[in-house]
Amino acid sequence: MTGTAHRELIVHRAGPAVTVQDGGRPGWIAYGLSRGGAMDRLALAEAAALLGQGESAALEMGGIGGRFEAGCDLRIALTGAPMRASIDGAPVPWHACHALPQGAVLEIGPLQAGAYGYLSVGGGLVPEELLGAVSAHLTAGLGRAVEAGDRIPVGEDRGGAVARKLPVEDRFSGGALRVVESLQTRLFPEEQRARLETARFTRDARANRMGVKVVPEGAPFGVEGGLSVVSEIITPGDIQVTGDGAPFVLLAECQTTGGYPRLATVIPADLPRIAQAPAGAELRFGFVSMEEALAAEAAYRASLKDLPRRVEPLVRHPGDVPDLLGYKLVSGFSNGEHHDH
Amino acid sequence: MPVAAARDCANVRRMTDTYSYPLLRTAGIDGMLVSFGDRLGEAANRAALAFRAALERESWDGVEEISSSLVSAYLRFDPLALSHATLEARLRGLIASRDWLRAELPHGRRLHRIPTVYGGSLAPQLGEAAQAAGMSEAEAVASLSAARVRVTALGFAPGQPYLGELPEAWNIPRQQALTPRVPQGALVLAIRQFVIFSVTAPTGWRHVGQTAAPLFRLGAERPFLLAPGDEVEFPQVSEEVFAKMCDDPEGGATWEALP
Repeated sequence: MTGTAHRELIVHRAGPAVTVQDGGRPGWIAYGLSRGGAMDRLALAEAAALLGQGESAALEMGGIGGRFEAGCDLRIALTGAPMRASIDGAPVPWHACHALPQGAVLEIGPLQAGAYGYLSVGGGLVPEELLGAVSAHLTAGLGRAVEAGDRIPVGEDRGGAVARKLPVEDRFSGGALRVVESLQTRLFPEEQRARLETARFTRDARANRMGVKVVPEGAPFGVEGGLSVVSEIITPGDIQVTGDGAPFVLLAECQTTGGYPRLATVIPADLPRIAQAPAGAELRFGFVSMEEALAAEAAYRASLKDLPRRVEPLVRHPGDVPDLLGYKLVSGFSNGEHHDH
Repeated sequence: MPVAAARDCANVRRMTDTYSYPLLRTAGIDGMLVSFGDRLGEAANRAALAFRAALERESWDGVEEISSSLVSAYLRFDPLALSHATLEARLRGLIASRDWLRAELPHGRRLHRIPTVYGGSLAPQLGEAAQAAGMSEAEAVASLSAARVRVTALGFAPGQPYLGELPEAWNIPRQQALTPRVPQGALVLAIRQFVIFSVTAPTGWRHVGQTAAPLFRLGAERPFLLAPGDEVEFPQVSEEVFAKMCDDPEGGATWEALP
């Protein structure tokens, strides 16, 4: 360890789609600003459980990570889509939290599955707040992507465990998505509503934080007699059908209102699965009643509450991480040396 | 949720087919939308604004966000804290409490004056738009700079307003081809509406004026200049005056409270 400790994460290299993300910025719909925030909010909750803290802002890494250095002793959690990761050259598992001592270098490579990986830190990332949140909303021109040379401030860490893991279900390879009827579902012919449930869809390469295109097998979708309806509210998860007949599932940075008809809405509990579906993944949609959707929401929230109880020790060979045993496994990260600026 | 409520939701949807307004629909699992028409009109927009203001006064527990768009008021809520059945009953009660198409506009609105250069190199499509409206350029400027329009909705980009309605002569269509780029602050026109572009963007609307007022300012007490329901006038200024306004943080814009 060299130099003075600064509570910051130093960025030596970052992929093109690395941004700081939190739970987003609700409350500005009337002004045309959508909530934004992490594409996979479950990944933020998983990181919070691993680090034993409240939900905090993290680095969201689309496609590829980067090379990062700890400006002081940090605890980190790696969640969301699994990516190849190493600390000072030694591979470390994903869906886990680790110690990242001051000066240690964390290398995060390409995705192994899914679409968005998350790097969280004990104390959270605390860059400048914009309209009550720190998340970048690039579509709206709020904030910017993370770049080499950035030093991202880290909040005070009250301390907690490292070398823990959190077993997670696979949500990184597409699969079944539950939908409820949307504002304009009934404008679509019965045949198309039925086909939404039977057709297989492929997640297209065209995707960003606004949403993902899903290409149906067979005939395109569309509403007879024109596609334009009066602009109405967009809800994340809305499946919008534009001119080319391929549905687009709108996500975190969607516009607030839109004039294209929407076929259905993916329920919030399944948004992490659609956000994490990689290009080429197969997706299926199935209607559920509002009653079933609300039961799914209750179950989803219960599972979030249960996350801390599912954290378990990361059993590993001590030789893998020589520093580990010399490191404080529990607590002790908020000592005096962190108050030096 | 009780089965009866689920059946009610189905009833709500069937109304969509018959276009009976006001129309109550769910938006996702945590939103409800009350619409006052299926196309933009002054009365439907006024009803949406008035209904939104009424929702704000009610401030029901479990409601997390309220907004309005062109013809609808939207309410986002926690469906596990406030049941669909309860909220739907309250909304139906509020809908039935009066004729919203005859409601007055809510209080607390502002009248903004945003100085504008019409035509010339800063707004090259004034002539084209005037021709489409059957006016000379001078008549067009007189008409547009005297018009008082309402912020019917904000969207597409943060703080970007839709403003209407202009006099009937301005019911001109969007152009066939997109203009690849209009600059930030461009005042564009189509179908009796203005839009001010808050970012540089392509558009099918005609660029008739140029403004300098920032629509979105971080750190300001009110970060967005315009709110739904506000009224706006676009008085004409010369290019010389406009050049000076560009150095003004307000871009020359002024406002007063409406009664």
